Amino acid sequence: MTTEPRTSIVWDYAPAPEATDHVRLRDRYGLFIDGASRDPAESRYEQTLNPATEQPIAEVAWAGPADVTRAIDSARAAQPKWAALPDRERAKYLFRIARLIQERARELAVVETMDGGKPLRESRDVDIPLAAAHFFHYAGWADKLRYGVNAREVAPLGVVGQIVPWNFPLLMAAWKLAPALACGNTAILKPAETTPLTALLLAEICQEAELPAGVVSILPGDGETGATLVRAPGIDKVAFTGSTAVGRDIQAALAGRPTSLTLELGGKSANIVFEDAALDQAVEGIVNGIFFNQGHVCCAGSRLLIQESIIETLIAKLWRRMGRLRVGDPLDKNTDVGAINSAEQLQRIETLVAAGEDEGAQRRTIACELPEHGYWFAPTLFTEVSPAHRIAVEEIFGPVVSVLSFRTQAEAIEKANNSRYGLAAGIWTDKGAKAFEVASALRAGVVWQNTYNHFDPTAAFGGYKESGFGREGGPAGLRPYLKIAR
Amino acid sequence: MSRRLAHVDRVGVEERAAQLGKRSIKTSAKQQGIRLAVSMVDLTTLEGADTPGKVRHLCAKAVCPAPTMPEIPSAAGVCVYSALVGVAHEALAGTGVKVASVAAGFPAGQVSLEAKLRDTEDAVAAGADEVDMVISREAFLAGDDARVQREVARIKDACGDAHLKVILETAELGSYDHVRHASMLAMEAGADFVKTSTGKASSGATPGVCLVMLEAIRDYAEVTGRIVGFKAAGGVSTSKAALHRLVLVKETLGDEWLTPERIRIGASSLLNDLLLQYAKTETGRYGRAEDFSKE
Amino acid sequence: MSRLAVRKTYKLWIGGAFVRSESGRHDHAVQADGAQVNIPRASRKDVRDAVAAARKAQGPWAARTAYNRGQILYRAAEALESRTDQLAAVSDRGQVQDAVDVLVHYAGWTDKLHAVLGGVNPVAAPFLSFSVPEPTGVVGVVAPDGPALLGLVAELAPALAAGNTVVAILSEPHPLAGLDLAEVLGVSDIPGGVVNLLSGRRSELAPALGAHRDLNAIVDVSGDSELAAELDRLAAETIKRARHGAAVTGYDTAIADALERLDGLSELKTAWHPIGA
Repeated sequence: MTTEPRTSIVWDYAPAPEATDHVRLRDRYGLFIDGASRDPAESRYEQTLNPATEQPIAEVAWAGPADVTRAIDSARAAQPKWAALPDRERAKYLFRIARLIQERARELAVVETMDGGKPLRESRDVDIPLAAAHFFHYAGWADKLRYGVNAREVAPLGVVGQIVPWNFPLLMAAWKLAPALACGNTAILKPAETTPLTALLLAEICQEAELPAGVVSILPGDGETGATLVRAPGIDKVAFTGSTAVGRDIQAALAGRPTSLTLELGGKSANIVFEDAALDQAVEGIVNGIFFNQGHVCCAGSRLLIQESIIETLIAKLWRRMGRLRVGDPLDKNTDVGAINSAEQLQRIETLVAAGEDEGAQRRTIACELPEHGYWFAPTLFTEVSPAHRIAVEEIFGPVVSVLSFRTQAEAIEKANNSRYGLAAGIWTDKGAKAFEVASALRAGVVWQNTYNHFDPTAAFGGYKESGFGREGGPAGLRPYLKIAR
Repeated sequence: MSRRLAHVDRVGVEERAAQLGKRSIKTSAKQQGIRLAVSMVDLTTLEGADTPGKVRHLCAKAVCPAPTMPEIPSAAGVCVYSALVGVAHEALAGTGVKVASVAAGFPAGQVSLEAKLRDTEDAVAAGADEVDMVISREAFLAGDDARVQREVARIKDACGDAHLKVILETAELGSYDHVRHASMLAMEAGADFVKTSTGKASSGATPGVCLVMLEAIRDYAEVTGRIVGFKAAGGVSTSKAALHRLVLVKETLGDEWLTPERIRIGASSLLNDLLLQYAKTETGRYGRAEDFSKE
Repeated sequence: MSRLAVRKTYKLWIGGAFVRSESGRHDHAVQADGAQVNIPRASRKDVRDAVAAARKAQGPWAARTAYNRGQILYRAAEALESRTDQLAAVSDRGQVQDAVDVLVHYAGWTDKLHAVLGGVNPVAAPFLSFSVPEPTGVVGVVAPDGPALLGLVAELAPALAAGNTVVAILSEPHPLAGLDLAEVLGVSDIPGGVVNLLSGRRSELAPALGAHRDLNAIVDVSGDSELAAELDRLAAETIKRARHGAAVTGYDTAIADALERLDGLSELKTAWHPIGA
């Protein structure tokens, strides 16, 4: 492992902490069932921690089997009336939610950062605005469903169970709830174990929007809560975003049952840089692709495929650029890379990185001062990586990028496709025809050309192969939530 | 022979430049940044109505921008038309503030090479420490890179010991690919500084343009070992904009580059906004135009 | 002694400003409380100014993201909703609520039009070929006599949603709703010049609008068949897109032909790019 000392700073940015005094969090949050906050049947409460400080933020109820049943019953009871509302009325509820998210944006961004560890700049500029935009977009589909799916008659599926991960807590909740509700379903959302807070604030927003009771339930808990939810008899459809391992379990659990399923799972996406790429912008795209959100991104560009003719130049530029990444307090507005979400995740990253070194890859980690408390991993680059190395095959879900070289376009495509995953890919070239040709050949659900990690509510997102099935975003995101009659 | 343009992706450039504009510069960093920016200002007046009296006032302001705030340094230089170089030279003698002359057919560059050389020689003879020339856009847009470079080299010769800043007039070049290409041409032909604009065109030192030029400077320094400086001119009229440019320098080239030896900002109204913002960091009050003398 | 009210001066809305007619002429209208008021009687020159303003505003309006246009239309709905009482006084409550809902409906169309009208074309050659709808440009609207508010909004909203800017001739017998709508839109985020509203004599203004060579499309909901024929003849001079429609009766009829309205004010651009290094 090599590190390089930083040059002595002549002009540094002073600490720029985001104010948190305007945020009003309760000490304790209940479950959100039937339009109100409820005590869990078994009185189980757990603390949710700030991963940057390891300090508890609030106590949150965890749902047990009885709570899941209660939520499903209320969702089932509310569903026919919700679906029977005139479409434009249903739309207006969702528009209200979108506007409320915008009004409470700063508070939501701060809480998202505190609960999950991502830099405030990202929760403020990406997560929260996109969450509002998703609700806004799907609000507009609610009364246009037959245009969206080209059918004369559509009907909702009923009650949907939705499980979201800890990497984009509020945004993933929006990706799930907005289309489900627009289509006339009612939904039970289980936020991730380590990041329940913004979902609970979203519950408050649902109340402020006067959303009818039972249309949305929020059930924090752990993996068991989720397992109970997806297997429950009253669920018509399951939507899951998370690891491939758990996705596999869910798919197996639903075998033989009519429950509709969509999965958005892991990835080991290839970011491919050709010799005729705009190199400086490619470097930005690489950095954005793997260090955005500490690499806690299912579609992260974690395999960097560089054409051999430019590999030395590009790695030199990339390494120098990595040295400018600011790692630290997520609430500091100048932080680029925040905290790792949990001790468990940090352990997983460290294990895989150690494996990388053991297998003979060359590791470089940027030199930076890491805070004493909290979970941190400094951005890391691996070169001399073989395609068979664990760090080239397994999803690390951290700020670690593995470099592989290629000589020809055909080889790049082959290497990129040679993975059980197929979520995303990046292509960097100045030649449009090449970009489109490579894009056509890649077995990946999202292909970014000369950019990376761009998301929009109108653009469908989802994976091939073991990265899952089903799409979220755009009109394609409506289909999983509808029965198309004719 | 057709030229090979560099590949620069506009969307990527503008995203990166904009993102760096979100750096939050507070308290001590803001104060330090403002002082740095002041030290990099080339206080400029390029009007038909300029007179010796006006230039003398400007020089006094450049030497001591804010008598009530002694920690504010002198500006880097004063930038005037060649006819007024003598006045500025006399006014700035012994102060360390440089005299920069726009010359060589500024701003349009549509005069003969002989006239450009004569103008340059006159400016240098009158005491200019630095000469700001414009590249021939006419040659550049016709694809005649060799002529663009020849002119730069000849004017560099005519400068003698004076430093040459080469203005690209980025608003007229067409795209970021062209901006990078022109930067390279100028540096290879001997420029001591590359400068974005004359301040007379529709746009100047936008964040995207600055980023592209700073990257070109960085790459050129890497390959040749020669350091060419950067001057942002046009459109940098607020402290926020100035600090944004400093962030671009810092994060593209590194802290060692944050010095008036390598970075300049061509400005007129910027200086007072820097002083106002500095005063706010001390007093906590939002200021007004009258708080500082205009000249 | 009871308090004397400060009466409203009704004005045209052109280029984001409230102006009197350049002709200085006026007409009469009657408020709900029976009071007679003066309204501007717009002239051909006002039409000319309005088209110029709409043209100037069209590029920037179309350049905004679809999401942003949707947000602006939604905010116009918010602005109208919060002024329901004021507008109800010159039309009726149900109509105002329907108009709000129509604005909301089209706010939700801005970022969906491309998916519905456009797409990727599976051409039989190695090309990526795609078609995208773009706004036709400046749209003239001849509003119906009634329902004065809903009939106007039913044509404004789709034009704006598709990225066009509008010059509208208000209902001649019931102009107050449209003039009050101008005030409502003036406080929303709709940029100046995107909507321009003119009160006056339809027989004078509509042909002036329809003859303007810088208009891209004319939407006539007047129900006047002679006017319709004249507008069609004028449209032929510069191949304007012309549509004639029946006045709407409520929310359902207002949005029933949404796609037809949007499509009629869009141009489909098809592009091709080779796939192949």
